[in-house]
Amino acid sequence: MKETEENWDLVIRPTSGLLDLKLKQVWKYRDLLWMFVKRDFISFYKQTILGPVWFFIQPLFTMGVYMFVFGSLAGISTDELPQPLFYLAGITAWTYFSECLTKTSRVFIDNVHIFGKVYFPRIVMPLSIIISSLIKLSVQLSLLLVMMAYYFIQGANFSPSIYILLFPILLFLMASLALGLGMIVSSLTTKYRDLVFLITFGVQLLMYSTTVVYPLSSLYGVYRLAILANPMTTIIEGVRLGFLGQGSFTWLGFLYTCGITALILFIGTLVFNKVEKNFVDTV
Amino acid sequence: MSKAIKVENISKAYQLGQFSTGTLSRDLERWWALARGKEDPYLKLGETNVRSTKGVSNVVWSLRDISFEVEEGMAIGIIGKNGAGKSTLLKLLSQVTTPTTGQIKVRGRIASLLEVGTGFHPDLTGRENIFLNGAILGMRTKEIQKKFDEIVDFSGVERYIDTPVKRYSSGMYVRLAFAVAAHLESEILIVDEVLAVGDADFQRKCLGKMGEVSKGEGRTVLFVSHNMESVSKLCSEGILLENGTLKYRGAMGDIVNEYLLSGLDGKEAIVNLMPYNRTASYNAGTVELIDLAFENSVELSNVFYWNKPIEILVRFKVLKKVEKLLVGFTVATATGVNVFTANNSGNEFSFEAQTEVVVRINIEHNLRHGLYTLHLGAMEGSQDIWWHTDVANIEITNLTPGIVYPSNNSGVVLCDSTWTIN
Repeated sequence: MKETEENWDLVIRPTSGLLDLKLKQVWKYRDLLWMFVKRDFISFYKQTILGPVWFFIQPLFTMGVYMFVFGSLAGISTDELPQPLFYLAGITAWTYFSECLTKTSRVFIDNVHIFGKVYFPRIVMPLSIIISSLIKLSVQLSLLLVMMAYYFIQGANFSPSIYILLFPILLFLMASLALGLGMIVSSLTTKYRDLVFLITFGVQLLMYSTTVVYPLSSLYGVYRLAILANPMTTIIEGVRLGFLGQGSFTWLGFLYTCGITALILFIGTLVFNKVEKNFVDTV
Repeated sequence: MSKAIKVENISKAYQLGQFSTGTLSRDLERWWALARGKEDPYLKLGETNVRSTKGVSNVVWSLRDISFEVEEGMAIGIIGKNGAGKSTLLKLLSQVTTPTTGQIKVRGRIASLLEVGTGFHPDLTGRENIFLNGAILGMRTKEIQKKFDEIVDFSGVERYIDTPVKRYSSGMYVRLAFAVAAHLESEILIVDEVLAVGDADFQRKCLGKMGEVSKGEGRTVLFVSHNMESVSKLCSEGILLENGTLKYRGAMGDIVNEYLLSGLDGKEAIVNLMPYNRTASYNAGTVELIDLAFENSVELSNVFYWNKPIEILVRFKVLKKVEKLLVGFTVATATGVNVFTANNSGNEFSFEAQTEVVVRINIEHNLRHGLYTLHLGAMEGSQDIWWHTDVANIEITNLTPGIVYPSNNSGVVLCDSTWTIN
């Protein structure tokens, strides 16, 4: 039989295209993606009594602490919104971002035992993190909606705005930003572990440079610009504007966030693709 | 027949040692060289990968210029000593890591089993893990559903299928894991010594399944193992790797011979003494056993060929001057039956005090293949000094280069018999 170059199904080479996301392969492995999501969800509440209730406990307690420390003690404004709603909206969005980021940034180190033994498109793993965090987010979002309904009946001064239609896009931006940043960090940590230490408190610090515990409207001048430089600020403000009708959202800031996110996702993909091939040798 | 795998000039380099700040500056240097379109400065110093000798550079070629082809439906065994590059080759084939140079072309779907139970989650039930593990190995959920009953049946853990796998015994865990892997529907199956697990019964079942996969279903199998018996049973052709290069490619029988011969390189194996039983001695403190070593064994191990003498070097420390030292040994079966005993009676040794001496024992034997144990003793004249039982294990293999093993019957020793009609 005469052999031509084309009739091979797979050619393993030292290098391949850096921007090739292998989306076709990811599609082939979509069942695996779903399995990982299911695994994360099931293993989360296995051997717990409260089970999925834990999804609510964490944001509720955080909200309580913020109300006490930032609301009552520090007296920071909440844009004339009921304190619980103001904090909870920020916490819900931020939790999604920070969880995606921290988990994605450990993806190579945590899964080396799987990656070292079997091949599948590595990007499946971070994607599964984004999706399983999304499930958690939707559960926590329902908590926010219940709280909103409660305060609405109480006659509190807030109303969702048309910007709520922007929420899916904001969600997509958060996921892309976390994925991009996470991929960069995870790729760098395969050889040098220094960034592992940075990420744990880095995410914490990043939260304070985002408008989670204070509104953007309370800032002026240089500080306002500095905080706006953080692409998460516009997203959080946009979420608040959509759900609660208060937030300093501008389309210029939105465009800026989109641009930064695209750039970070691009770099993340680049380094991830470069590293995924040989990281097993160095991790 | 058409080719399933074509490996072209594959090499793989690894960096030795620790990664630290030193590596960062080297990385920058390397990056700078590559950015200017020059050759990687740290890959030039290539040398063959010999485990025991110290190299000059800290880059090592785990595989060097390997090329071979595998035809569709063939079962190929890959053998070689530790560090020969077998696992690296499998890693490259299963895309876990990429080659430094060269390329591999593949026709058909590859499923690799470098380990059983990859990705098993302890908190998930057996059922959930079947689906998860199957998906990791590249199966679609539908395929797994179709084969689910078969998998459970093969594993024999039906009763525990809805129990988290962390409650499984290690045997059950492995059984379930292998069962999933055995039901993969891929054209090419890559297996790395997974059969070293489970009980004898299950190992036989696994081997049977693998034979079925290659012979019955006509799929291509690449099999890496140290167990010559299972490799030669399963594979018709083989590849012998040595220090990262392809030494020999051909029929499996020849490869096994080549491999076993390469083990006979005249070096001696130092044997760690087992925690042997010391028996009371009247004259302790005259001579002490230090250690022993085997010669003439397969690849510096405690495995001997059935048709070659066993050579044992025993090292003693002589504390007090001895005039008539008798050294004796017994070879016993694993079940405790003494097969033979010998000593140097009529050729007693005498040694000065405070010396270290090595006594060489050459044993012409006719043991059948199997496991044996060695006892050692020392006497001065007619007085016992000590008697140590189970100082070392000896294994006799029935695989010998070029010669057919004479018997598959039972018993402890081999015998020659002549048959005539009277």
